[in-house]
Amino acid sequence: MSDTINITLKVWRQKGPGDKGHFETIPVKDVVTHMSFLEMLDTVNEQLALEGKDAIAFDNDCREGICGMCGCLVNGIAHGPMKAMTLCQLHMRKFSNGDTIAVEPWRARAFKVVKDLAVDRSALDKIIQAGGYISANTGGAPDANGLPIPMEIAEKAMDAAACIGCGACVAACPNASAMLFTSAKVSQLALLPQGRPEAAKRAINMMRTHDACGFGNCSNERECEAVCPKEIKITNIARLNREYIKASIGSDVM
Amino acid sequence: MQLESKIPAGPLTQKWTKYRGDQKLVNPANKRKYTLICVGTGLAGSAASASLAELGYNVKTFCIQDSPRRAHSIAAQGGINAAKNYPNDGDSIWRLFYDTIKGGDFRAREGNVYRLAEVSADIIDQGVAQGIPFARDYGGLLANRSFGGAQVSRTFYARGQTGQQLLLGAYSSLSRQIATGKVKMYPRREMMDLVIVNGKARGIIVRNLITGEYESHAGDAVLLCTGGYGNVFYLSTNAESCNVGAAVKCWRKGALMANPCFTQIHPTCIPNSGDFQAKLTLMSESLRNDGRVWVPKKKGDTRRPNDIPESERWYYLEEKYPSFGNLVPRDVASRNAKYVCDAGHGVGPTGYAVYLDFSQAIQRDGKDVVQRKYGNLFDMYLNIVDDNPYETPMMIYPASHYAMGGLWVDYELQTTIPGLFALGECNFSDHGANRLGASALMQGLADGYFVIPYTIAPYLASIYGEAGSVTEDHPAFKETTKQVDALFKKLTSINGTRTPDSIHRELGKVMVDEVGMSRNEAGLKKAIDKIRELREEFWKNLRVPGSLNDYNKNVEKAHRVADYLEFAETLAIDALERAESCGCHLREESQSEEGEALRKDDKYCYVAAWEYKGFNQKPELHKEPLVFENVQLTQRSYK
Ligand SMILES: Cc1cc2nc3c(=O)[nH]c(=O)nc-3n(C[C@H](O)[C@H](O)[C@H](O)COP(=O)(O)OP(=O)(O)OC[C@H]3O[C@@H](n4cnc5c(N)ncnc54)[C@H](O)[C@@H]3O)c2cc1C
Ligand code: FES
Repeated sequence: MSDTINITLKVWRQKGPGDKGHFETIPVKDVVTHMSFLEMLDTVNEQLALEGKDAIAFDNDCREGICGMCGCLVNGIAHGPMKAMTLCQLHMRKFSNGDTIAVEPWRARAFKVVKDLAVDRSALDKIIQAGGYISANTGGAPDANGLPIPMEIAEKAMDAAACIGCGACVAACPNASAMLFTSAKVSQLALLPQGRPEAAKRAINMMRTHDACGFGNCSNERECEAVCPKEIKITNIARLNREYIKASIGSDVM
Repeated sequence: MQLESKIPAGPLTQKWTKYRGDQKLVNPANKRKYTLICVGTGLAGSAASASLAELGYNVKTFCIQDSPRRAHSIAAQGGINAAKNYPNDGDSIWRLFYDTIKGGDFRAREGNVYRLAEVSADIIDQGVAQGIPFARDYGGLLANRSFGGAQVSRTFYARGQTGQQLLLGAYSSLSRQIATGKVKMYPRREMMDLVIVNGKARGIIVRNLITGEYESHAGDAVLLCTGGYGNVFYLSTNAESCNVGAAVKCWRKGALMANPCFTQIHPTCIPNSGDFQAKLTLMSESLRNDGRVWVPKKKGDTRRPNDIPESERWYYLEEKYPSFGNLVPRDVASRNAKYVCDAGHGVGPTGYAVYLDFSQAIQRDGKDVVQRKYGNLFDMYLNIVDDNPYETPMMIYPASHYAMGGLWVDYELQTTIPGLFALGECNFSDHGANRLGASALMQGLADGYFVIPYTIAPYLASIYGEAGSVTEDHPAFKETTKQVDALFKKLTSINGTRTPDSIHRELGKVMVDEVGMSRNEAGLKKAIDKIRELREEFWKNLRVPGSLNDYNKNVEKAHRVADYLEFAETLAIDALERAESCGCHLREESQSEEGEALRKDDKYCYVAAWEYKGFNQKPELHKEPLVFENVQLTQRSYK
């Protein structure tokens, strides 16, 4: 049960957005394969601390794959080698003795490196602020069962709503596009009858903000779908495009 | 100190209606003169920020994470209760109220709990209006399930991600207000102190977690929505950044800490597998519906579970509680797991785990049925433990999960510091000595959406002439910043040999062993001594490398651990003082003849509210007697 391996980490170290950054090689001995990837980084940091060195900065919080706070490129792949899994859920037993593991931050024009592996993803919040909501003030909502919604529609909306906003899709995309992220929210709300009244305005405003934040265009590479820990489908992007075109033609929002 | 609960007079069912009818209102045109500070963006904080901004107040909102959407509420799985009675199975506001107050073992206020049940239905309406994709039936109406042993189906859910969907709903409303400019959002900030001017909460000092800078923020009231302190046990189901810091800072400034010993230990978590472990993952309690709990009869038996013959397995819950069996309440299941492990029957690498065995269910219903019910949980287990639960029994062990205790608040959610309010898990208000499953989400959102918009008005009306009068250049901000800076300088200049984490881990062990599920006087006294020793060790031998003016996890952890070390002692003192078994915890000296938990209403039917008396000083106890006019106090029985 307590197998151990020795690995070599090549970790990106960067003091801040202004710094150029470099890879630091850290040999790590006796990694218990039961550890999660982040627990492995914890032990490295604990060791660095005892040596009086600066800890490797990385973001994380829930450590169960739901908050979307963690994420790095592991050997070039967002969230590492496992499908449908966040970095915090990846375990060291997926690696072998003697492996060299490269760990880098998300790389995208819209995500500045904050320090080492941590990046600034506030652009994703800005996209939501541009329209990723239904304008329903607190109070005065009609009875929840006043509006029946077919089960398949609710389930589809839920598939899209499962996005955790980690930014892996952006990191994986050759164009650093956030279309998968944006389309997931647009789809969830466009599918539901409550979301229809603002659907046109929403698609247009969210797309405009997406572009203004420096995210690239979608050229159908499907890399985003491949790394998404929540398996958000690119059919959502098709739906966003439909909503966008519909809105552009038929409305005065433009 | 006289604790004024401010429960409105009149019949229980009319209190909230009457309160809303009688209260002072703030004129709509005047609302924009007020600035409210909201710390936290979980369900409570996001809901409050959005709702108050919609009313016209200016709101400044803070959170530790890089985005408000990542607050710990995101991790809640099971569901949210509401007295909608959609299934027509006999639910009502009264029944939800009664179940909650009885579930809390009669250690919460009737008035608060009734209000919670009353507004519960509005939460679901609000959520649907926001576009939360709750589970639905074929007819398109909302689906319900029964949760945590409730006899009615009143739990609404969105797959296993209810907390995520509710939080994203609140976050979307918050985002809308950020876009209008009514809310100014400050992520990656940690509250370091409360600023009090003329006896009123007037602002906060935060640390920018990227640059290390201290920032001053002034306002007309402060709302603390900073979540629970489950991480005082080190290993828990809580997220890494969950902390007691903000609450402790307010406690030091005069707010009272209520019932800190009321913590909930969840029975079905994936056990600890080594010293590197950072958190424990919760597995849905529903697993106990089909899994059978057992340990080897022989102590220290190291055989693989499948090699242990049926006759040598001890199904201790089924044996001890023939009528409830594996479905005994959370605390009973947790406690008994600890007993058998303490006695040497535990399994797994640390000897602190018990088996949860599905072989009988698989034989009876087939693997398909079991997979349909629990497939995702089994996958999660397989990924973490690397063992297939369809073939070998799962291992589980209890873990700290939720804090019922917290800052003392009155009916208006105001602490004893005027202008300081506490919402959500960080207050003590509604769950008494034990929280029912699916009720924390309900309380956080009730406080944020439907209670605070009303209950903050009388305070704001009372300070009308002073609205906006205190700004960041008031000397109190400079003074408080100086104190915060001194603390950090002290933390980073000790230069010893222990990391904050290593001391926190040691504290956790003391808390789990002596102040956890089952407590006794001698153990609690020992724990208090040990906590003091650890605190001394911390201040003598801490090592915090790296810079203060930087993204530095070691710095963040160091001051959080400092706060835990102070808070933990009060938690243990509270546990010592309350010499009764109650809610989630068993006091070993207070048991019935059959060895079950015995509550002592004649002596302990009160809220224990602790006043801070200084570093290394014993806090002072204030009692708020609990008065029950509408329900009869009964003892639980699960034999
Ligand atoms: C794994 C798990 C599953 C659960 N499942 C359920 C369930 O099914 N049903 C249910 O009802 N309940 C459940 N709960 C409990 C429930 O999730 C929580 O009680 C509830 O979400 C707490 O909400 P909150 O808004 O009070 O705090 P939180 O969501 O914890 O938010 C706290 C906020 O405060 C901020 N903060 C904290 N300290 C500071 C500081 N010093 N400075 C600045 N910001 C600060 C944080 O950044 C965060 O934004 C579960 C809990 C866990 C751990
Ligand atoms: S830490 Fe929350 S998803 Fe990984």
